[in-house]
Amino acid sequence: MTWDWQFVWSFMPTLLEGAWLTVLATVVGTVIALLLGAVLAVAGYSRYRLVRGAIAFVVQFLRGTPLLVQLYVIFFVLPDIGIVLPAFLAGVIGLGVHYSAYLAEVYRAGIDSVDRGQWDASTAINLSRRQVWLHVILPQAIPKMVPPLGNYSIGMLKESALLSTISVFELVARAQAIGNETYRFTEPLTLVGLSFLTLTIIFTLLLRLAERKAEGLR
Amino acid sequence: MQESLGYYGLILQGLWVTVQLTVAGCLLAALVAFAIGLGGVSRAWPVRLACRFYTLFFRGTSSLVQLFWAFYVLPQMGVELSPMLVGIAVLGLNVGSYAAEVVRAAILAVPREQSEAAVAINLTRWQRMRYVILPQALPLMLPSFGNNVVELMKMTAIVSLITINELTAQAQAIRSATGDTLMPYLAILILYYLLSLVLTAPVKWLEKRGSTSPR
Repeated sequence: MTWDWQFVWSFMPTLLEGAWLTVLATVVGTVIALLLGAVLAVAGYSRYRLVRGAIAFVVQFLRGTPLLVQLYVIFFVLPDIGIVLPAFLAGVIGLGVHYSAYLAEVYRAGIDSVDRGQWDASTAINLSRRQVWLHVILPQAIPKMVPPLGNYSIGMLKESALLSTISVFELVARAQAIGNETYRFTEPLTLVGLSFLTLTIIFTLLLRLAERKAEGLR
Repeated sequence: MQESLGYYGLILQGLWVTVQLTVAGCLLAALVAFAIGLGGVSRAWPVRLACRFYTLFFRGTSSLVQLFWAFYVLPQMGVELSPMLVGIAVLGLNVGSYAAEVVRAAILAVPREQSEAAVAINLTRWQRMRYVILPQALPLMLPSFGNNVVELMKMTAIVSLITINELTAQAQAIRSATGDTLMPYLAILILYYLLSLVLTAPVKWLEKRGSTSPR
């Protein structure tokens, strides 16, 4: 086996385009997960037992089944009932929905970590509900949520590789296409691995930055 | 709908393969977790560094990329493994890197005084780890191990992409044979869900037992 640099330069541009799609899928997936996770978390506090039970089941089901199969359901089953989504949209919805279950738990843990006495004290000094949330609870809860939220976002970055199976042309799909065309997998797959490593390191550094910013909220 | 019901045998076969992958993967992951986790608190800095690189590498790249790399590139370097072996190796090495961090963090979470007291009563390094540190660190690891096991079980789905006929691959096969989509996917989703419940049950039980035991 030999390493061919000339070959590497010939496919670098297409790989970089793939990296862009990987990042885009991660960012859009994160936004969907952040929003849907918040909905699940709030609904989990419902005063109706039925709603709480249903949410707990949904969260457990999403966390207990593979993302790959969930992607297949969105991509292969939904069209049968008339919902046809473009591959990229199906992929980021899959990512976002899967991870929303994890994020819901993060939100809940963050909010529950704020001492009960803080609520009582806020009531005692006559703050409105809005003021309690904005000025007392969230500033204490958010710094605790940021590290796990960031880690799940990095998890999404790595799992976005699965979108290649539903024909989203991100990093892994590009490496496969190059391999199938040239019968050489060594260079493209190795470089895709290095790209993921680089991206995770960049995302981790950004997360540290966000953590420091969040600490400033207190 | 009716015709794909005859395919339930395929799904059961797939379930068996998924269970095998999960069990073998977990054994390897446990081995890796303790080897790399203990190496991460070693006295020798080259060992610590090597363990850090191991986790950086396996946690920094996607499991799918690792799987494809082992499947497509290793044979070109003269390493020919069966797909099943490649699958188990990648599952174990990958999840093991996450579990290694759990082991390392739990060991570091045991208060320093415990270690000092063990030195004071003249225990060897091995005895200190075996009888003082690990018994206190293990209960701390259990909840995270439970998550790791479920993550590994879910990760087995991707080995369908390297020609192994586990649950997901069987569902795909049924879909292409019958054109039926809902039934096969719903069936395997339920099976995966039940598997995740079964896998978390012993950890929940041990957690309860671990937290009440008078250590």
